[in-house]
Amino acid sequence: MARAVTTKQKIMFTAAAWSIGLLIFFPILWTVLTSFKTEAQAINDPPLFLFFDWTLENYSVVQERSNYMKFLWNSVIIAGGSTLLGIIIAIPAAWSMAFTPSRRTKDILLWMLSTKMLPAVGVLYPIYLLFIELGLLDSRFGLVMVLMLINLPIIVWMLYTYFREIPGEILEAARMDGASLKEEILYVLTPMALPGIASTVLLNIILAWNEAFWTLNLTAANAAPLTAFIASYSSPEGLFFAKLSAASTMAIAPILILGWFSQKQLVRGLTFGAVK
Amino acid sequence: MATQHSRSAARMMMAPAVILLLGWMLVPLTMTLFFSFKKYLPLRGDSVANGLDWVGFENYVRFVGSSSFWPSIQATLVIVGGVLVITVVLGILLALLLDRPMWGQGIVRILVISPFFVMPTVSGLVWKNMFMDPINGLLAHLYKFFGAEPVQWLSQASLESIIMIVSWQWLPFATLILLTAIQSLDSEQLEAAEMDGAPVIKRFWHIILPHMSRAITVVILIQTIFLLSIFAEIFVTTAGAFGTKTLTYLIFQRVLESQNVGLGSAGGVYAIILANIVAIFLMRIVGKNLD
Amino acid sequence: MGQIVLNQVQKKFGDVEVIPPLDLTIEDGEFTVFVGPSGCGKSTLLRLIAGLEDVTAGSIQIDGKETSNLPPAKRGLAMVFQSYALYPHMTVRKNIAFPLRMAKLDQAEIDQRVANAAEVLNLTEYLDRRPGQLSGGQRQRVAIGRAIVREPAAFLFDEPLSNLDAALRVGMRLEISELHKRLATTMIYVTHDQVEAMTMADKIVVLNAGVIEQVGSPLELYRNPRNHFVAGFIGSPKMNFISGEAASDMNAHTIGIRPEHIEVSESAGEWTGVVGVSEHLGSDTFFHIHDTGLGDTLTVRADGEVGFKHGDKINLTPRTDMIHKFDDQGLRIGE
Repeated sequence: MARAVTTKQKIMFTAAAWSIGLLIFFPILWTVLTSFKTEAQAINDPPLFLFFDWTLENYSVVQERSNYMKFLWNSVIIAGGSTLLGIIIAIPAAWSMAFTPSRRTKDILLWMLSTKMLPAVGVLYPIYLLFIELGLLDSRFGLVMVLMLINLPIIVWMLYTYFREIPGEILEAARMDGASLKEEILYVLTPMALPGIASTVLLNIILAWNEAFWTLNLTAANAAPLTAFIASYSSPEGLFFAKLSAASTMAIAPILILGWFSQKQLVRGLTFGAVK
Repeated sequence: MATQHSRSAARMMMAPAVILLLGWMLVPLTMTLFFSFKKYLPLRGDSVANGLDWVGFENYVRFVGSSSFWPSIQATLVIVGGVLVITVVLGILLALLLDRPMWGQGIVRILVISPFFVMPTVSGLVWKNMFMDPINGLLAHLYKFFGAEPVQWLSQASLESIIMIVSWQWLPFATLILLTAIQSLDSEQLEAAEMDGAPVIKRFWHIILPHMSRAITVVILIQTIFLLSIFAEIFVTTAGAFGTKTLTYLIFQRVLESQNVGLGSAGGVYAIILANIVAIFLMRIVGKNLD
Repeated sequence: MGQIVLNQVQKKFGDVEVIPPLDLTIEDGEFTVFVGPSGCGKSTLLRLIAGLEDVTAGSIQIDGKETSNLPPAKRGLAMVFQSYALYPHMTVRKNIAFPLRMAKLDQAEIDQRVANAAEVLNLTEYLDRRPGQLSGGQRQRVAIGRAIVREPAAFLFDEPLSNLDAALRVGMRLEISELHKRLATTMIYVTHDQVEAMTMADKIVVLNAGVIEQVGSPLELYRNPRNHFVAGFIGSPKMNFISGEAASDMNAHTIGIRPEHIEVSESAGEWTGVVGVSEHLGSDTFFHIHDTGLGDTLTVRADGEVGFKHGDKINLTPRTDMIHKFDDQGLRIGE
């Protein structure tokens, strides 16, 4: 708004917004701070805020005892793999819906969305059973497939909305210029839609990284990602605040940073274009 | 507007996504439906290979008749309703505040949005232990500081605790979407209202709120769909104890913990129906936006 | 080489017939302009030839080869789009080279051809810029460059100048005509602007509601419009149409006379009227005349120095040999 606001008002808004912002952020901040304390300091009464003996010990202990790197690697593979696979399948689909729409395109898009709304618990046992039958239980491949499928509708939707912003004439020009379908998508559409594809990738990595129904129910020791790693702190290790905090910080830090970069795309991706 | 070539190519290109999703939807759904009419207790030797006994609607009747069913529906509704009220109301207020001119707006936005990126198991455990622990939790310290008796959060105020944790996770989502909606409001409209002498409250009530109504509806619908199936937050905090057993959690227990697949599947069908009722409304809104 | 023959070509979108079956032959090396009001099907016709749309029925032959089932790339045509349709993520050099890359030419050959095209189109110093950094006219030239490097059998232009401002448009019009003279390749050019059609075409195809109203050279259309529609569409300002008594006197339903074929005089003439708006272009003056008793306002063209003012009485004399007569179907009544 281009209206003059008095400095006094601006100070008021700033103070209010920062206080609330910090309040909301506080649990994360507290977790990060606690991760640098010793266990004794973590439960000190009264609580210690900044003045304690900063230590990195918890981080090394967490890695040693529970092999954090393995869980991290599983998370990376599962989130990255499912997103990559989803993108590869979704780009052609979104291409056809955006540039060769038919009367059924809208129905197909809405139907895809509806599969996203299927409550996971309703199909838990069938998937569990199929996983046992196919030997996919506790395998990274199985989880990559499941997470790809649950996020595929969002990927298709997001790409569809980005592709629709690209003028069809440019793709027709490529066709006139002798590009095959593959070349048209690879050399013209994909590079032009790169910012949109990047945001889609980002959002889906976040969603897959934090997914905590299938990752908890379909993994055990082998393929468990960070969601399951943290869940193992449920008890009694959870009482070791400093170590819980270190583990938590490591689990959320990468995605928190990615998330900060993708705020804007978040709205588009999670509301299926219903709010712009 | 295309040729036969590009149309058939389009169908080919769409096929993998459509076939995969169709399989992902139909196969497990059919199996769930199938199991829901069968007696299926894997621990007692029932298996698909040996054939399952057909029991008609018995599982459906038993699931609803069990003593846990109505409490689970109640817990689900209280949690979903509570979180919706908190996130939407606070979300609107927060969005209005963040839309005002201030210093460091970008940073405040980042602070506010952050909880959304915290994985559910982390937020569940961090809240449970570091904040809600009755002895060492920060909230206990706070109560003691004011001379009050610390609350046994997750046992005495279990539903409230879950609502608090989940609201903390979803408030950023509501705020961000509502903020996007506010920012798309034409400021001339507000200025015109101001010229007409409408006071702040009236401007909010007659212009801002109607403008946001669509976004609010979308927030409510999308959150409802996600909230109906919250799992990890309960799994790592109360594990369904102290009256926090939602429908989702109840089905999970029936299927994986007590291994009564038939009964759990009937519950699953109920959950699917419930989610679909909400989904229909969401799809209407999204569908309208497609044209 | 680029003779294009359309034989009973028809296009329907669903149940809507956009182009009823039509025949058309475009000779090798000819500059053909499709002209007509918006929505007349001229762009659709061009897209059918390009292969961006399927024909519903009929055949399109390019150099005697049946192409109606070939994809666009296999037809050997190049197209310049209204929006230029440049690839925004590629430099000018890469844009122009793109069709050659798709044709799998070797790099030396590509470089050579791109350099030649850039030379011809004065783009050499812009080769490493992105389309976003170019002016409208430069973008247009890049689009043309991308078309000429392929050495196509024919060029298709889809309203290529409509996004340019008026001054640039005249310049580009000349450049395209020049290019045609130099390359002597078949060109099909779609426009709604009859001035572009008149100035550039060897052959004009006037389309209305998907139907070819007339095909001919610019002067043929100007001199002998086959019907009321063509007569009104070709020529600027528009031909005056007079019906009623004046027409039936000449055994016609309607008569038409172009503004430039009416003599004006202060003293005497066949018709009289009152001057309304006058438009002074310097070289010419257009007078809009009311109250002639002939129906609508008449437009006449006079020499730039003729000075009638608003409200003056004016006398008009049509050149009788330039009067076009039409029957009640709008068809020309032949001499």
